[in-house]
Amino acid sequence: MARPHTASHRIVVALLVACSAAFVLPFVWLVSTSLKPIEQTISLPLTFIPRAYMAAIGGRQVEVTLDYAVSGPGAVVRFNSGPDAGRTGFVTSGQLSRGVDAAVVHPVQAGSWHVTEKDGATLGGRPAWDIIPREQVSSRIRFRWDNYPKALAALGGDAEADRHRVGFWTFLRNSVVVAVLGVLGTVFSNAVIAYGFARLRWRGRDAFFALTLATMMVPFPVLMVPLYGVFKGLGMIGTLLPLWLPTWFGSAFNIFLMRQFFRTIPEELSEAARIDGCSEWRIFWRIIVPLSTPVLVVAALFHFIFAWNDFLGPLLYLTRKDTYTLALALESYQSQNGGVQWHYLMAASAVTILPVILLFLLAQKTFIRGIATTGSKG
Amino acid sequence: MTRSDRKQLRAGLAFTSLWIVGLFAFTAYPVVASLYYSFCDYSILKSPVWCGLENYRQLAHDGLFWKSLRNTLFYAGLSVPLGTLVALGLAMLLNCEIRGRSFFRLLFFMPSIVPVVASAMLWLWIFNGEYGLMNGFLNPILGLFGLHGPAWLADPAWSKPALVIMSLWGTGNAMVIYLAGLQNVPRELYEAAEIDGASSWQRFRHVTLPTIAPVVAFNAIMALIGAMQLFAQAYIMSEAANGNGNASDGNPERSTLFYSIYLFSTAFQDIRMGYASAMAYILFLVTAALTWFAARLSRGRSGEAL
Repeated sequence: MARPHTASHRIVVALLVACSAAFVLPFVWLVSTSLKPIEQTISLPLTFIPRAYMAAIGGRQVEVTLDYAVSGPGAVVRFNSGPDAGRTGFVTSGQLSRGVDAAVVHPVQAGSWHVTEKDGATLGGRPAWDIIPREQVSSRIRFRWDNYPKALAALGGDAEADRHRVGFWTFLRNSVVVAVLGVLGTVFSNAVIAYGFARLRWRGRDAFFALTLATMMVPFPVLMVPLYGVFKGLGMIGTLLPLWLPTWFGSAFNIFLMRQFFRTIPEELSEAARIDGCSEWRIFWRIIVPLSTPVLVVAALFHFIFAWNDFLGPLLYLTRKDTYTLALALESYQSQNGGVQWHYLMAASAVTILPVILLFLLAQKTFIRGIATTGSKG
Repeated sequence: MTRSDRKQLRAGLAFTSLWIVGLFAFTAYPVVASLYYSFCDYSILKSPVWCGLENYRQLAHDGLFWKSLRNTLFYAGLSVPLGTLVALGLAMLLNCEIRGRSFFRLLFFMPSIVPVVASAMLWLWIFNGEYGLMNGFLNPILGLFGLHGPAWLADPAWSKPALVIMSLWGTGNAMVIYLAGLQNVPRELYEAAEIDGASSWQRFRHVTLPTIAPVVAFNAIMALIGAMQLFAQAYIMSEAANGNGNASDGNPERSTLFYSIYLFSTAFQDIRMGYASAMAYILFLVTAALTWFAARLSRGRSGEAL
C-alpha cells in the first residue's frame, strides 16, 4: 500500500500517468485524424494538431497545402518557349546556369516549400502554386468539423444512395432498432424467466437450471450454421429480426444474473403478498421488478453495448445495404474505399463509438459494479 | 403429485416458457443439428448426406486447418498471459490510495466498450506502416539503430503481434474484475503481515496472490476461450491492410487465418457446412474442457449478489 508523498506513491502515480497516456493516445489520434484535411493525414513527421496553412500566392493570401521541400536552390521561372511556353515552373540553379529560355519570376532558396492553393483548382486550370521559404507560410490550428457530415454522407456509398436513399440515418435507425428491441427483450424475458427459477419451487426446476447454465459454455461458432438454417427457414435472412428476436426468449447468462439477484429479496415479502391473495404474476410485477432495478439496468446496459458493437451477427444475417447496422456499414465503407480516406474513416468511427461512450459516462458506476460482480462470481 | 405440486409446476413452466422455446430453438436444436451435420456432407442448398467420419478425417489432413489452429494458439498464447499481466498490473496500481483513482479507472476501462469495427479501423490506421502512430513513435527510436518499424498488419511476422497489442488496449474489463478482487482482500491481513515484518513483495506473494488467484485463473481461462474465437478484428483488418484480397484469406500469407475465420469461410463462402460443423465441434470440445477446468478452479468461492 503506497501512502501519500512517499517515494513509492510517486512511482505509482508516474506509472499510472504513463499507462493512461498509452490508453488515451489512440483516442486522441482518432479524433485528431478525423479533424484533419486529407493531406495532413499522410504527411511526415506525424502531427496531432490539425492546422490550416496560409501563404501569399500571386499576391493573394490563401490556404495552401505543403507539398514538399525543394532540396537545392533554383528559381521559379516563366518559360518563353518549348512545350511549357507561357507557363511557370521550377528550374534548379544548375539548369539555369546552363541556359533556359525563361524569365526568372523569383529565385528560390534550398529548403523552400512547394505550396499549392487548397481547393483552388479552377475549371481546366491548375491550382495556383509557388515555392516560398517556410517562414512565409503561417499556420494556425483549424479543426475540419465538416469532415463529419462528409464522412457520414460517404458512408452510404454514391450510386445506391440515390436509388434506395440508403445513408447514415438508415444505418443509425437499424442499429437503434436492433439495440432497443434487444434491450427490451432482454430485460423483459429474462426477468420473467429468472423469477420462475428464483422464486417458485417446482419439480425439475434445479435440473432445468443446471441445463441452462451448461448452455453458457457452447461457443457461438457451434450454433452458427444451424442458426443460419433456422432463420433461413423462418424467412428472416436479410431482415433485422435474427438480431433482436432471440433476446425475447431469454439467455442463460442474464437468467443466471437476475436469478442471483432475485434470490436476495426476502421471501417474506412474497409470502405476505400470497396470503393477501396476490397472483405470482402480480408479485413479480409489483414487488420483485421494482426492487430489482439495479440488475435490470445492468442487463440492459450490457445488451445495448453488445448489440451496438456486434459485427458477426449483422455479417451473417444482413444481406441488403438498407438493413445494415452502423457497425456493418462502417466495415463495408472501409472495404469499398480502401485505406485512403483516413480522415473520413476516423470521423465515421468516432460517430459509431460516441453513443457507447456517452452511455458509459452516464452510467459508469452501474457498469463497473456490474462487471465486477459478474466477473468475480463466475 | 398433489394438486398444489401441479399448480406449482404449471406456474414454474409458465414463467420459464419463453426460455423453453428459446433454449430449444436457439441453442439445443442448433447444438444437436451441428453435431449431426459434422458427420454429413451438407450445403445449405441441399439436404445433408451422411458421410460418417469423413469430415474429421479430412480435417486431420487439411493444412489450412492446422495453420488456423497454430495461428489461433499463437495469438491466444501471447494475448492471454500479456492481457492478464497488464490487467492485473493496472488493477494493482489502482488499488493504491491515490487521488483521481476513479478517473484513471475510467480511462483504462473505456477502450473495452469501443465497438470492435471502430477499434479495428482505428488500429488499422495506427498500424499503418508509413503514416501510422505506432511507427511514428517507433521509427525515431529504431532509427538510432538503423532500423525502422515493420509494416505490422501487412507483414506476416508482425500481423499477429499487432493484433495482440490491439487486444491489450481492451483489457479494461478484466482490470475492473481484478480490482474488485483486490479490494475484497481483508485489510487486516495486510496489517497483520506488516506487523510480522513482511516486505511488500512478501505481502503480495503471500497475501494478495493467494486471495485473488482463483479470480485471475477463472478470468484467464475465460479470456482463453474468447481468444480461441477471435474473429471480427482479424476479419476486418487482414483484408483492409492487404488490399484486394478476400476477408477470409487471412492475409498476409495466411498469418491471420484464425480458427473462427477459417470456419466462417468454410461454412458461408465455400458452403461446406458439414465440414465447418466438424471444425465447430472440435472447438466445442476444447472449450468444454477449458470451462470444466475453470469451474474447478473457481469452485468453493462464494458468489455474492450484486
